[in-house]
Amino acid sequence: MAETPDRRSAARGEGAVATDTDLPPSALDEKVREAEDKKWTPGKIALWAAIALLGGVAWFMLAIIRGETVNAIWFVFASVCTYLIGYRFYSKVIERYITRPDDRRATPAEYKADGKDYVRTDRNVLFGHHFAAIAGAGPLVGPVIAAQMGYLPGTIWIIIGVVLAGAVQDYLVMFFSMRRGGRSLGQMAREELGVIGGTAALIATLLIMVIIVAILALVVVNALGESPWGVFSVGMTIPIALFMGVYLRYLRPGKIMEVSLIGFVLLMAAIIGGGIVAETPWGADIFTLDKVTIAWGLIIYGFIAAILPVWLLLAPRDYLSTFMKIGVIVMLALAIIVVRPEITVPAFSEFASRDNGPVFPGALFPFLFVTIACGALSGFHALISSGTTPKLVEKERQTRFIGYGGMLMESFVAIMALVAAISIDRGLYFAMNSPVALTGGTVETAATWVNSLGLAGVNITPDFLAQTAANVGEESIVSRTGGAPTLAVGLAHIMQQFIGGTAMMAFWYHFAIMFEALFILTAVDAGTRVARFMLQDSIGNFVPKFKEASWRPGAWLCTAIMVGAWGAVLLMGVTDPLGGINTLFPLFGIANQLLAAIALSVCLAIVAKQGTFKYLWIVALPLAFAAVVTITASYQKIFSSTPAVGYFANNAAFSKALAEGKTEFGTAKSVAAMEAVVRNTAIQGWLSVIFVVLSIIVIATALLATVRAFRNRTDATAARGNEDPARPSRVFAPAGLIPTPAERELMAEWDKVPAELRFERAGH
Amino acid sequence: MSSGLAAVAKGFQGFARYFGGVLGADAYAKYLEHHRAAGHSAPPLSEREFWRDRTDRQDSNPQGRCC
Repeated sequence: MAETPDRRSAARGEGAVATDTDLPPSALDEKVREAEDKKWTPGKIALWAAIALLGGVAWFMLAIIRGETVNAIWFVFASVCTYLIGYRFYSKVIERYITRPDDRRATPAEYKADGKDYVRTDRNVLFGHHFAAIAGAGPLVGPVIAAQMGYLPGTIWIIIGVVLAGAVQDYLVMFFSMRRGGRSLGQMAREELGVIGGTAALIATLLIMVIIVAILALVVVNALGESPWGVFSVGMTIPIALFMGVYLRYLRPGKIMEVSLIGFVLLMAAIIGGGIVAETPWGADIFTLDKVTIAWGLIIYGFIAAILPVWLLLAPRDYLSTFMKIGVIVMLALAIIVVRPEITVPAFSEFASRDNGPVFPGALFPFLFVTIACGALSGFHALISSGTTPKLVEKERQTRFIGYGGMLMESFVAIMALVAAISIDRGLYFAMNSPVALTGGTVETAATWVNSLGLAGVNITPDFLAQTAANVGEESIVSRTGGAPTLAVGLAHIMQQFIGGTAMMAFWYHFAIMFEALFILTAVDAGTRVARFMLQDSIGNFVPKFKEASWRPGAWLCTAIMVGAWGAVLLMGVTDPLGGINTLFPLFGIANQLLAAIALSVCLAIVAKQGTFKYLWIVALPLAFAAVVTITASYQKIFSSTPAVGYFANNAAFSKALAEGKTEFGTAKSVAAMEAVVRNTAIQGWLSVIFVVLSIIVIATALLATVRAFRNRTDATAARGNEDPARPSRVFAPAGLIPTPAERELMAEWDKVPAELRFERAGH
Repeated sequence: MSSGLAAVAKGFQGFARYFGGVLGADAYAKYLEHHRAAGHSAPPLSEREFWRDRTDRQDSNPQGRCC
């Protein structure tokens, strides 16, 4: 729909915000900015032509040439060049036609400034902060599992998906939340979609968090099972974090850098110490734990961690995790660029055209797109992009850099994880990532099984598997599913060529396991807490006492319920005779993408209510894709007649076998195991049903809101209805990483303003 | 030589400041700045009180961490 000039300026809030005449302008003049933006100097043209050319060549090398081997550096070029183009061109389209930021408006960090939660934060610092909050183990795990299909499908989805879907979601949610004083996704859903849509979104979010936490925990359990070194070093993070917490609370409050450095040194000592302890007979004895024990340990830990005060465990571990996150990612990028490993994995593997892959079952469409969630499109980000970060944004225009740009960074992490995973031998990959039911669990059976798959160029020996395990300091690496161990082997493989050689491989392996576990434990903790509050809030609608956060019995009860819920799914995954990861990981991806669909639905309704119908496709495109992928995946998980894919088909097959009195069936070798399969598949199946129904409700209410907005489109008063009122901004800061000449000029003007004039004194 | 060293030191300092910002180490300084700018008459919280208050408020207002 074409907009009349009047309406457009009204929607932009022009004239609504009176700026202070004592101060320089709080925004660049619109015409100056446009002129600067549209001025294509020869240098600029040459630069973008070079970026486009390099990106094109890189994609050509990856997708068309596909020689015997392909160098990892092409992944870096293809992704970075595509990101740059997406950021420079596509995100500007979104900015121009959908978000339309207005720097004359104050952000919540300015008009609600309290020095604590609402604090204007330098854009580059906030970029790092936001990135550290969104990136975790997800982008490191999904691409590894998806590598079953070959490198190209995952690469295309990660890179194109982020530009057109993931980063769009993050940016829009962040912007809309910022315009609403930093409201959470749940609150926005309630406002924009009404009670039914809002409630469905809330329940879906709660369930999705349970699934996500459970499966992240499963990844840790799989990485630590039968690994005394890993158990020791990851276990040591708890006393280290406790020490840091006490240090910050009582010894030297606020010395975060200092304590993080101390924590980091202790962490390294724990990794090295783990190697020594695991060698001793007593160490091996104490710390060799089976997966069920570790799962119970994690459940008990999760409960205690979630009821302990934040300062004691969560906050210090968060510092540690952020410290490691940035460090590891920079290091991995450097290592890939320096080492430039040759990749021998084919672009499309034999499993790309089949639906019975051993790592995860199901056809490329839709299951590849749910297996890689984080890194391409992750609904969980909507929870971070609303609420926390918007309260810290200094200027409206910066949301493009922080929201869209931050997600591009995460996508790059996913690409690096993919490169690390495919740089290892393909046979090794399948031996590590296939469930023990298939590999048999020993090096001999695993080698025989992998060689029998008939994969081109794959021929592994038991010795090779045993040698790799010895190199990384593990008892065995057969069937270490979950993605984390594979990434760790890949990272160790690349890093040892960079620093230290084979002798350092075991250190790098456990370093990788350690940081993945650290990210995941932080996510488990924080997820349990957030979910507990959501539950308390919901129960509070019926029993008001539950709304009091300080009421211990309520808090403990709700924590126990949440931990019990994810703990049950975790135990189900750990004991699953079919191999937990390959049955549960699709559920994780589906849950995450459904959350994305919910977030995009909310964005769709908001954009429609603004009257921006002409560019509604920018939101509708990723929403439609996410909806089609997740609903198809859910449909197949529920209705597929292939037992490996459909939960209920599997359920029926095992029930039938039980009814016929069989004592073993498929990979389940006992009646108890068969009963476990029947139980697990029923739970997984019904969870899929609940997720998809709730999401369809949310999407439907969003579509209804959109249609209603389209019918009422002449009613301009509805535009931007739920936003906080516009208030004039009294600060200025550049929008992107590097200030433009015009921005520099304005910054210089602001520098001349006497300090006492710069901050708003009124209102306090 | 010494100017090169100084540049390295400056770069490192800048990086440390940035990293500290990402971790949130400068929260107290920002709080003081806000307190001063807002012209409150009451004295600001001490550093110890500020950090105590900060983590205690997180107890009832948890922030998500992503997967």
